[in-house]
Amino acid sequence: MRGMRNVYVVFRREFAAYFTTPLAYVFLVVFLALAGALTFYIGNFFEREQADLEPFFTFHPWLYLFLIPAISMRLWAEERKTGTAELLLTLPISIPEAVLGKFFAAWAFTAVALALTFPIWISVNVLGRPDNGVIVAGYLGSFVMAGAFLAVGSCMSALTKNQVIAFVLACAACFLFILSGTPLVLGFAQSWLPQVLVDAVASFSFLTHFNAIKKGVIDLRDVVFLASLITLFLFANVVLVDLKKSA
Amino acid sequence: MIEVQSLTKRFGPIVAVDNVSFTVGRGEVLGFLGPNGAGKSTTMRMIAGFLTPTSGSAKVCGFDVLEQPIEVKARIGYLPEGAPLYADMTPKSFLAFVAAARGYRGDEAKRRIHAAAEETQIFTVFDRPIDTLSKGYKRRVGLAQALLHDPEVLILDEPTDGLDPNQKHEVRSLIREMAPHKTTVISTHLLDEVSAVCTRAIVIAGGRLVIDSTPEALEARSRLHNAISLKLSGLSLADARRDLATVPGVGAVDALETAEAGIALRLYAEGGRPIITEVSRFVHARGWAVEEIHVEQGQLDEVFREITTGQG
Repeated sequence: MRGMRNVYVVFRREFAAYFTTPLAYVFLVVFLALAGALTFYIGNFFEREQADLEPFFTFHPWLYLFLIPAISMRLWAEERKTGTAELLLTLPISIPEAVLGKFFAAWAFTAVALALTFPIWISVNVLGRPDNGVIVAGYLGSFVMAGAFLAVGSCMSALTKNQVIAFVLACAACFLFILSGTPLVLGFAQSWLPQVLVDAVASFSFLTHFNAIKKGVIDLRDVVFLASLITLFLFANVVLVDLKKSA
Repeated sequence: MIEVQSLTKRFGPIVAVDNVSFTVGRGEVLGFLGPNGAGKSTTMRMIAGFLTPTSGSAKVCGFDVLEQPIEVKARIGYLPEGAPLYADMTPKSFLAFVAAARGYRGDEAKRRIHAAAEETQIFTVFDRPIDTLSKGYKRRVGLAQALLHDPEVLILDEPTDGLDPNQKHEVRSLIREMAPHKTTVISTHLLDEVSAVCTRAIVIAGGRLVIDSTPEALEARSRLHNAISLKLSGLSLADARRDLATVPGVGAVDALETAEAGIALRLYAEGGRPIITEVSRFVHARGWAVEEIHVEQGQLDEVFREITTGQG
């Protein structure tokens, strides 16, 4: 009970912090503009003449690759830089509570960004008769995937007090998780690895898991994968913050 | 209330705090002295639970910092060095966050925030972003945060750093006022602060505890302790020096910079024993015209220099 309250206290502060700086608004505008542009121009939303949001969701992993680290980079690095970490970590709040509070705040912020893409959902409903169940699944999948990117980013942010380094590290780590599902890596792996290992590499890719979800197929394995990835990186995050205490 | 046992902290090859032990009881105000980089902040951070000791232990109100960190943190009001604050918040929202984190809600939270803001006099800037506040106000917001839950133990790392003389005076009065009901540790490199608020002084140099004593006892170590400064007129410097040196208890006699009409002298007390009675009787018997006479307390900065650098 007390634990949940503490998570909520940290969450509330962090979530409000996004909106007291221009970062939130810059992020929202860039995210919405890019999501729109990619869907209509590169995704050929109109030319396909299909009532679904696949061209919209297809670009999410690539958008997240750069935009999620921008949200997550400040989570711990900024606290280290300004010294407020000392304040936060000497309040009667445990490290897991602080890590969760921050993570949920960032995640809630991406939920706001995703929610603001609602005009495209209205558009597709005006233009045709899409399967809204598939769209809901797509949104949920995208949201959970954003959580996985964020967990990686939050963990990278705990490594350094420099936000730029946190950003680059998070981009690089997320890129690896995306890339492991592309023909570039898989084609190369196939030439000398047994199929089992190739599948293992592919299974680490956000793309592999998200592709199924965005088509409306919610497979438990995909959800479990993303959830365990979030758990793993948040756990690493807790360990890193704790390690800095004894460094 | 605070028990520190052989506390040691290493950062790689550097020993920042080396086997430091002390206890502080309720009602005591412990002054932590030492040159910059001596290990004052590191020690305080370990007690506050921000750093993990390499070895040794610290207990606050009977709770071990490593085993029950949350219990310890709930009982400490801590002002970190430089008073870091969330720059994008206002003092009001910041204190609301701290109150919530300390488990207060509703009216109780409001009451506590109001009381802390009143004590530190930050109402005038309550709704301005902390970013835009002066150094003095930031420090006071930091103090308000530390006092909010009326903690049993107060740990303040350089609480008056960056304040103007009036603000310093206010903060010191505040500390003195609260001290009888709390266990207080403050670090400082302002020696007048030690005499002003502390009941005990600990000197740390090179990570080691070198002195654990009272401010008065520290002053008594000064060569100046109980020395007498004297301004006379109507006689020559050489005569006065020669005669005064014969007074029992007087050690060396130094000439200070000569005043326009008359001479200024400093008489050092042998072994720091009071000599004022003898000297005044002697001067009176000679019928010298005394313009000024006072007893020196001893200067802490001189003692401090001697202790921390090993030379006077």
